[in-house]
Amino acid sequence: MIVRILGQGRFDVPGADMPAVEQLDAQLTDALDRDDEGAFDSALADLVGLVRHAGVLLPADDLQTSGLVVPHPGSSLSEVRDLLAEES
Amino acid sequence: MSVMKRLSGIVQAKANKALDKAENPADMLDLSYEKQAENLQKVRRALADVATAKKRLELQAAELQGQATKLQDQAKQALAQGQEDLARQALTRRAGLADQLTELGTQHQQVEAQQQQLETTATRLSTQIEAFRTKKETLKASYTASKAQASIGEAVSGISESMTDAGMTLERAQDKISQMQARAGAIDELIDTGALPDALGGGKDDIQAQLDATSQSGQVDSELAALKAQLGTAPAAGGALPSAPDGAPGTTTADPTGPAAGGS
Repeated sequence: MIVRILGQGRFDVPGADMPAVEQLDAQLTDALDRDDEGAFDSALADLVGLVRHAGVLLPADDLQTSGLVVPHPGSSLSEVRDLLAEES
Repeated sequence: MSVMKRLSGIVQAKANKALDKAENPADMLDLSYEKQAENLQKVRRALADVATAKKRLELQAAELQGQATKLQDQAKQALAQGQEDLARQALTRRAGLADQLTELGTQHQQVEAQQQQLETTATRLSTQIEAFRTKKETLKASYTASKAQASIGEAVSGISESMTDAGMTLERAQDKISQMQARAGAIDELIDTGALPDALGGGKDDIQAQLDATSQSGQVDSELAALKAQLGTAPAAGGALPSAPDGAPGTTTADPTGPAAGGS
């Protein structure tokens, strides 16, 4: 699965690591719903770390699109909430 | 839906929207290329802004640090003169500065994080632009072959997604930069209006003024007492005490004999 970290590029994450990524994604989502900044910050940091380490950074001239997108590393809960508000 | 899936949807939607203007795949390729080049320029400008913001924070921190050191010295001097209240006042102000300094330190870290992200974006964008320039000409040349259309579509989606990412990263950086500029402006204003302790120059340094006044007060007190005796008025109650706080600057300035005190 190709996962993009905003501002950092795309990473090809092996299927075997995807359950862990999805679990952290669920924690991040849960923290956002509960408005829990501490849990949000640590879930995001873990998610960024996992994608970076488990995944292989795709070269800049590779033009494959991603299936999942991680917020900018270090984004605050309110920043991500603002980004998601652009959905409508 | 999860945060990562929702964000992915947003990025795709923005990427598609950016390409809506193009009428055909060949236009899309040119448009993507132009947008990329434009983004790279913006990222480079933002990098210059970040460098300026960082420099400004460093200057403010140095300025506040200097003030903090000065207040620490003033507190010592005040204590040596036995003016505990004045020493307390200096230390209180210094504590206020320490908070500002901590805040500036945090902002400095944020600025560096922005700088790092923008540098990554700039590097990736320029590699991408270089690679895409060659690729788009190849794709356009083979555009007449219908099978090439699919690969044009893929290339365009890929490049458009990256452009969207760069755009979002840039936007975030610009937000951070303007927040920092606003905060830096606010700190400058605090310094200018003197709301922050005695910052900048000695003009507003009332603590120093009191310290100087006290160190002179022994001499001034005796001169005052002598003058008052000449004029036939009774000496003030505290006048005889060499280091009494009663010999405050207010007393000297209110007295018409001020020039005599100033000459000492």
